[in-house]
Amino acid sequence: MPDIMIEYIPFLGSAFFTAYILPVLCITGYILLLVVPLILAMAYLTYAERKVLAAMQLRQGPMMVGPFGLLQPLADGIKLLGKETIIPRDANRFIFVMAPMLTFMLALVAWAVIPVNAGWVLADINVGILYLFAISSLGVYGILMAGWASNSRYAFLGGLRSAAQMVSYEVSIGLVLVCVLLTTGSLNLTQIVVTERPFWVDLLLFPMFVVFVISALAETNRAPFDLPEGESELVGGYNVEYSSMTFALFFLGEYMNMILMAAMATVLFLGGWLPPFGIEALSFVPGVIWFAFKVSFILFIFLWARATLPRYRYDQLMRLGWKVFLPLTLLWVVIVAGALLYNNALPGMQ
Amino acid sequence: MSFLDQTARSFLMIELVKGFALTLKYMFKPKVTINYPFEKGPISPRFRGEHALRRYPNGEERCIACKLCEAICPAQAITIEAEPRDDGSRRTTRYDIDMTKCIYCGLCAEACPVDAIVEGPNFEFATETREELYYNKQKLLDNGDRWEAQIAANLEADAPYR
Repeated sequence: MPDIMIEYIPFLGSAFFTAYILPVLCITGYILLLVVPLILAMAYLTYAERKVLAAMQLRQGPMMVGPFGLLQPLADGIKLLGKETIIPRDANRFIFVMAPMLTFMLALVAWAVIPVNAGWVLADINVGILYLFAISSLGVYGILMAGWASNSRYAFLGGLRSAAQMVSYEVSIGLVLVCVLLTTGSLNLTQIVVTERPFWVDLLLFPMFVVFVISALAETNRAPFDLPEGESELVGGYNVEYSSMTFALFFLGEYMNMILMAAMATVLFLGGWLPPFGIEALSFVPGVIWFAFKVSFILFIFLWARATLPRYRYDQLMRLGWKVFLPLTLLWVVIVAGALLYNNALPGMQ
Repeated sequence: MSFLDQTARSFLMIELVKGFALTLKYMFKPKVTINYPFEKGPISPRFRGEHALRRYPNGEERCIACKLCEAICPAQAITIEAEPRDDGSRRTTRYDIDMTKCIYCGLCAEACPVDAIVEGPNFEFATETREELYYNKQKLLDNGDRWEAQIAANLEADAPYR
């Protein structure tokens, strides 16, 4: 704080200001620094989705708003804001309005522990993984609340499906996390990125990476697991009754969750902000760029899957979750643990 | 053995990888859609678009009010009234086409002995009100003046085939 400013505004020099107000302002600033790019990324993820889908279907995608349709997300946002918020007569008003806010908030809050560069993390807590896992599990409540509070059959069924699906795949995601934790020996996300793993461990974890990406698709209700919003059978899913800003928040929340899952995969498997494959020569590129690049890559896989795969049937979805992924990940926990033990490579053993 | 084969296939996700490779390949193919209002596809010389009444090069309108088009029109979209003009030639006083009735069959143009009524190459004549689609003689003649160059070229290009 420059002395000249303190001279004119004595309050700036007071202990109360330096001890309480200043940190709060700093944290708010950091949060904005994280959230604004995130919202922008989310907006352009919708654009990217439409463009990628279009390209894979030999179409052009949005072209009218701005050069190459680059202002399309802006136009979409303004359109959504201009609509009327409709609350159905029989809906539970409080929960109905709370649900989208909860979904959006949870998707944002989880970002507090994601390290986007060395030291660039809002809360460098030691149980980062647990925190992430807890927050992403809470995401199901928003959808369940929306489905119940709408007091509509379609929304209710959509909410039920979504809840069942998210709970099922969380189990295997949890076991995948355990596999990663076994190799790093820390729940701290920064630590997980920094810990160097031998090549054979990376190879061993690769199937878990695949399982994680597929489970992330299911967890975020994306194609081919987008049953909760199966348009053909449920009209629109848990969000049929929503309009305008409440709908926009669901939409934002869904895309934010996608980015979050991609960021999780990046941190856990792809080495976060470090250059790919440990190539030192590439470390002149700032870590944030690498992080964004890796997240975009995972997101591209998400969009790619949507363009490629047809929607799963509900029983197939449950079968995959409980009868394939759960035993596979359980087995893999044993294999990873055994291999680490055999090679004396468990984090605490050196 | 087939069990092993199938299990290996599903766990190695060979089909999935093949499918993903296919969509990726398609992503880099040239697009088949055109950027419509800025680019337009080619149109056949026989294209049956918006109607027009043509004139002779000297400015005299071609239509001689024979009412063959009115007679042949399957949708009964054409209404013609005629009486002798001051110089004694037979001309229409009224030539209306209800474009909301018209089915764009092109029979009026086929029936016309003097190539007066034609369907031009224009297909972008959507309006915001129904009334604007009730074309009168003036509108049709204006259309003819506006599209004459293309209409003449199209008729010539199509002539060898009729």
